[in-house]
Amino acid sequence: MLLQQLVNGLTLGAVYTLIALSFSLVMGILSILNLAIGELFMLGGYLGFALIAAHVPLPIALVAGMAGAALIGIVIEKIAYQPLRDAPLITPMLSTLGFSIILQNVVTNVWGSDPLQLPPELFDTRLPLGPISVGMMQLVVIAVAVVLVASVAFLLQKTSAGRALRAVAENRDVARLLGVSAGRVTMLAFAISGALAGAAGVLISLHYAAITPYIGVDTGLKAIAVMVIGGTTRVWGALLAGPLIGIAEVLTIAYGGSQARDLVVYGLMILILLLRPQGLLGGARTDIGQRV
Amino acid sequence: MSTYYAGLFADVGILLLGALSVYIILATGQLSLGNAGFMGVGAYLASYLTVELHWPVTPALIAAAVAAAAIGVIVGFPALRLKGIYLAMATLGFGEMVRSFFLVFEPTGGSGGYRGMPHVSLGYIWLWAGGILVLVLVLERSRLWLEMRAIHDDETAAGLIGLNTTATKIGAFGFGAAVAAICGGLFAHHYVYIEPGNFGFERSIDFVLAVILGGSTVGAGALIGALLLVLLPEWLRFLVDWRLAAFGVLLILVLLTRRQGILDRALIARLTFRRRAAA
Repeated sequence: MLLQQLVNGLTLGAVYTLIALSFSLVMGILSILNLAIGELFMLGGYLGFALIAAHVPLPIALVAGMAGAALIGIVIEKIAYQPLRDAPLITPMLSTLGFSIILQNVVTNVWGSDPLQLPPELFDTRLPLGPISVGMMQLVVIAVAVVLVASVAFLLQKTSAGRALRAVAENRDVARLLGVSAGRVTMLAFAISGALAGAAGVLISLHYAAITPYIGVDTGLKAIAVMVIGGTTRVWGALLAGPLIGIAEVLTIAYGGSQARDLVVYGLMILILLLRPQGLLGGARTDIGQRV
Repeated sequence: MSTYYAGLFADVGILLLGALSVYIILATGQLSLGNAGFMGVGAYLASYLTVELHWPVTPALIAAAVAAAAIGVIVGFPALRLKGIYLAMATLGFGEMVRSFFLVFEPTGGSGGYRGMPHVSLGYIWLWAGGILVLVLVLERSRLWLEMRAIHDDETAAGLIGLNTTATKIGAFGFGAAVAAICGGLFAHHYVYIEPGNFGFERSIDFVLAVILGGSTVGAGALIGALLLVLLPEWLRFLVDWRLAAFGVLLILVLLTRRQGILDRALIARLTFRRRAAA
């Protein structure tokens, strides 16, 4: 029973990890919270959902969900972030909130506000693994998440685009003096961030086999907690904190009642902020933010 | 006044208080995304006092404000370590924690909500909202406010010229929390039913939105923001299903064209000059 819960927690945690990474990519480079990420996640979920329900193969549905969310991510960057780049941090945050309101409204109007269900036969394949059984889809969710995190880590550390991203995160002006196109880097950050959120959306619709237009707010906020707990400067922080929160949440639901799960998650977040404001794996400089 | 407009103006008064609570904290350069948490504390505490202990509403509100101010100061201390967006995320966590606490706290109904409060009139709500707005406007002309703005503009410099930045920042948190608690108490006694979902992240964001839309450099901006945020969705009702999308578009347009908010010092100066010229 406990092992089974751990597997469920890992699956949920894998999704949290992806959204937390999505937040921290934009956050690490521009120190703004993109509040539309929750809705990009939800949108990716609906795109993937619609394609899976139409019997499109899973990999294509995943890529489509990522591409759709990445595209909207770029639109958000162009309209909501770029013109307000030099405004105080709250202003671009609220303009991304505007997009979040629009996206939620559009999805509600297109797909309706009732939860949609995936056909159950997709989830019939279960692998017996000793005393527990792991759903095929759970394995897919975890595997995809691990591959995506590894690709992001590779991109950031080993490619020239990744170096440019890190340079702009470190010091935008110096990076520009050295010939990095900061505008293009910002766009790239929003696009990757959107793609990760979209992927997480497709995966969550596989995990729950259902989706509603309101999934973004709740999960998005928890992903922010995951980002804070893991630390915003390192990719691996989210990989550690995501499963941690996922497992803590699933165990709380199983043994403490479902009402207490948010209390545990945000309690952990506050505890980490008090004891280690830079996050579990964060460097020393992360608590020095820009002025509001 | 029809009950419809009375309801709307009660919402404006409540939102104005919430916006002012953010505005006071923001004046020291700290962004709080968790003021709905203080609002929730105020709402539940004031309701508990009026329902279980049969206190009159006014002392219950004052007691809730004092308690929330104490919590605000307690939250303010660890918040000193965090700046900018990291502080915002920490307050967000605080707000969500308060919400989820009331979700499991059975003495006030847990997820089932809490009811039985006496109803307060529109006039009573505006007595508080107007009173605190005037208080903030008076405060804005004081030396203390100048010190708060100095910390907002450059905390290091403010500290170097001998201002006690710690006391001012924590004081602002306490004051903001007290105002948010009054906002919550009035909310509870206006709707006579509260549930933890009333005090979630979206409420906190509404407060910030009202401040930024109305103008974050002048206290009266909170009033404009609160009016706009309550009335605009009503005026957009003719769009039926697309009302919220239209609201989102308008929100982005306002931010793009007037990033400093609708009201700022320049606009106020121009308006008052015109009025003088006409007279």
